[in-house]
Amino acid sequence: MILDSTTALVEAEEGVKVIPAANTIITTIDKLVNWGRVSSVWPMTFGLACCAIEMMTTGSAHYDLDRLGVIFRGSPRQSDVVILAGTVSKKMVPVIRTVYDQMPEPRYVIAMGSCACSGGIFDTYSTVQGADTFLPVDVYIPGCPPRPEAFIQGIIKLQEKIKAEYFRWSRWR
Amino acid sequence: MLDSGTNFRYKIIRFMPRAFLPEEYLPVIIFMVIILAFGFGAILVGTIFRPRRPYREKLVPYESGNPPVGEPRSRFSVRFYIIAMLFVIFDVEAVFLYPWAIVFDQIGIYAFVEMMLFIIILVVGYIYAWRKDAFRWD
Repeated sequence: MILDSTTALVEAEEGVKVIPAANTIITTIDKLVNWGRVSSVWPMTFGLACCAIEMMTTGSAHYDLDRLGVIFRGSPRQSDVVILAGTVSKKMVPVIRTVYDQMPEPRYVIAMGSCACSGGIFDTYSTVQGADTFLPVDVYIPGCPPRPEAFIQGIIKLQEKIKAEYFRWSRWR
Repeated sequence: MLDSGTNFRYKIIRFMPRAFLPEEYLPVIIFMVIILAFGFGAILVGTIFRPRRPYREKLVPYESGNPPVGEPRSRFSVRFYIIAMLFVIFDVEAVFLYPWAIVFDQIGIYAFVEMMLFIIILVVGYIYAWRKDAFRWD
């Protein structure tokens, strides 16, 4: 390719190059696929306790979640991430494990609130001391309950984690 | 010289002298090809890009995390069939009404009487279905 001032590649951001004369953008498929996945993170609502109310508040008008592409789906078959919002009891563990198993890859887990992260103040006979004892958790959001801004920051951290992935998109992997 | 449109037509006519070429419908066939390509292309791209890792626990039918109970298929009532059949019949009647409405003013009273007889025959069937409780849903 002949490079002069009209066809020289301009780097718009890291990994994305622009040819100014031809108005085209050159990038990798990883960046394109990850951009699509980041802009439409669909959670499976697993509201268990008080953190679910904060999740509902974050999803409604004032702290809108729809602007991040987050649409709450009621079925694990259609969701990317499961947000465990609330206290996980030992009786609920097989249910959550079944729901997580029924999600298609690529899937993520967000543990929201102190109880899902580590059991919180409930160190009792019936409370699981943290969701990471039976699930691979990607993002921990501490707080009792975490403020909506903290919840949105947790989702943005998940988006940054998704953006940094490479070659997770093929049928033969 | 011939332009490309009449050149194409000349080549076809030379092979099949009585060919009927509706040239105004060329955008329709292009549209159909693009739609088919788009539909199949979207599914094909999805199949290539999607990771595929099935295992036994993933393929269990979803029942809110509980083990599934009961049969997936249940009986449903015959009223759906009756309503669907009545819909088809009256939809075909509506299809007949549309061209009649367009040429109505050129034919006059004759068209009106004909169509009223047609509609009356179908209304008799409608009243029969009504009296036989086909529209009753409880």
